[in-house]
Amino acid sequence: MKTFLPLNRNLTQRLGFGLLTAMTLATVTPIIAVIAYIIIQGAPAISLEFLTSAPYNGMRNGGIMPAIVGTLYLTIGTAIFSVPLGVAAAIYLSEYAADTWLTRTIRIAIINLAGIPSVVYGLFGLGLFVLFLQFGTSILAASLTLSIMTLPVIISTSEEALRAVPQSFRTVSISLGATRWQTIRRIVLPEALPGIITGIILGLERAAGETAPILFTGAAFFLPRLPGSPFDATMALPYHLFVISTQIPEMPFQIQYGTALVLIAFVLGMNLVATVIRSRARAKRQW
Amino acid sequence: MESQLTWQEFIVTRVIKASGYSAIVFVALIFYFLLREGLPTLAEVPFGNLFSTRWYPIEEYYGILPLISGSLVVTFGAALVAVPFGLGTAIFISEIAPRWLREILKPLVELLGGLPSVVLGFLGILVLSPYLRVLLDLPTGLTALAGSLLLGGIAVPTVVSVAEDALDSVPRSYREGAWALGATKWQTIWRVTLPAARSGVLTAVMLGVGRAIGETMTVMMVTGNAPVLATKLSSIFSPVRTMTATIAAEMGEVANGSVHYHTLFFIGMVLFLISLAVNITASAVVFRQQKRSERVLS
Repeated sequence: MKTFLPLNRNLTQRLGFGLLTAMTLATVTPIIAVIAYIIIQGAPAISLEFLTSAPYNGMRNGGIMPAIVGTLYLTIGTAIFSVPLGVAAAIYLSEYAADTWLTRTIRIAIINLAGIPSVVYGLFGLGLFVLFLQFGTSILAASLTLSIMTLPVIISTSEEALRAVPQSFRTVSISLGATRWQTIRRIVLPEALPGIITGIILGLERAAGETAPILFTGAAFFLPRLPGSPFDATMALPYHLFVISTQIPEMPFQIQYGTALVLIAFVLGMNLVATVIRSRARAKRQW
Repeated sequence: MESQLTWQEFIVTRVIKASGYSAIVFVALIFYFLLREGLPTLAEVPFGNLFSTRWYPIEEYYGILPLISGSLVVTFGAALVAVPFGLGTAIFISEIAPRWLREILKPLVELLGGLPSVVLGFLGILVLSPYLRVLLDLPTGLTALAGSLLLGGIAVPTVVSVAEDALDSVPRSYREGAWALGATKWQTIWRVTLPAARSGVLTAVMLGVGRAIGETMTVMMVTGNAPVLATKLSSIFSPVRTMTATIAAEMGEVANGSVHYHTLFFIGMVLFLISLAVNITASAVVFRQQKRSERVLS
């Protein structure tokens, strides 16, 4: 049996706490450093011209407008498919599903969808959307691929938001004669909306930053003009950053850092919006 | 009343139910397409070739062992970074940090989870690998080590959030009981809280490792992409190539339906099965945990 003198116990605690504090610092400091470094290195590249013109001279000059617009298109395309499906699935799990083996299978499927490597989504999108359904390498195929990847994030955060609505709200509504769907649409959904929106933005944020799923489903190396229809391929910010940092020799650093800055501004901007919506809703909540 | 269901209600209910089942459909579809495009490899490539140590598709060498070993080396290195630092941070946030600090640290770690992996790969090329090359006096900084360090960073948010949840769900009375018996905060963490949360902590480690093995862009950009079988410990200082990076780098250039194409899908299938195994085990642990806590509470 080990016995410790009080002094030893306190010393151990101090050492332990010191170690954990150091580890936390070692984890958190690089995060801040990475973001600060990209802002400092990338800021000089940012100009109106950089944001609004197309690249030229083998992408070594000019701006990144087609990539910005492409990422917007892909994000919107992903939202069109994943938001209705994801929110409906969350409503099913929270409001309809009983705890059966089928529901448990759905939950395991969602956990698995969340864990599938992004490049495997790319393969799947290539196999199903690009080749089997013959959408070609297109915004449509890439958006569909990203939607399925985004689905688990939207489902699990929306379900959590729906479950947070107190059960008494539903009981009262049903006892006043409302149907189940009326209760969901008029009572539960409005209460859960901020949480659902937060989940949607977090899911889309991930989709906007992903490269591997769009590599073979919709990303274009270089396009002189903007895509004209959902069946065209498109440039995209993450893929563009990959291209200019690995595929093009003598690429000016400034454009690389500028592109990285625009990408993290896009993604972390969405993150910020989601965080603000969440904390505001929490502050306003009366139950 | 149920008999007064309108048509609208009927249709909406059906649509919602169908959406609920969609996750199962998608997992099945993904598996089906990976099998459909990947299994022909087993007929086209002799077994001895497929499980050999040489990956050189142009000359029809399709040995996937170097790719698997590359993934293992990088993932193992990433786990060495992500597990201690992730768990340390989770314990700090959940057990030690005052409330205001927790409110700062949690979003910061989430921020790391939101950073696109291509951005980390980009910094890996420009900043980390030149630094490692000089520091360790290597011929190139684009090594498994660079990949492991960055991948560790990518896995940290997963480990932290899952482990923090697990620690958070340990009832407060456990800690109070330990304190009342005269244990210090440190002893309580080490001997009461952590053991009580162990299955959640294990899940955190597994999901973190699963996240690392599936990561693509960062490893493709910083590990140097040399398909060499890793045989010794020092392999971590040389270039390697992972399964994910191979698919991402080569899929764009192969002819649809070729042997090479099928083999890349076969590798995708292996990755899918690995993630399936990790996630099913992790969720089994979670479900069992829930059942036990329900028993305790009832």
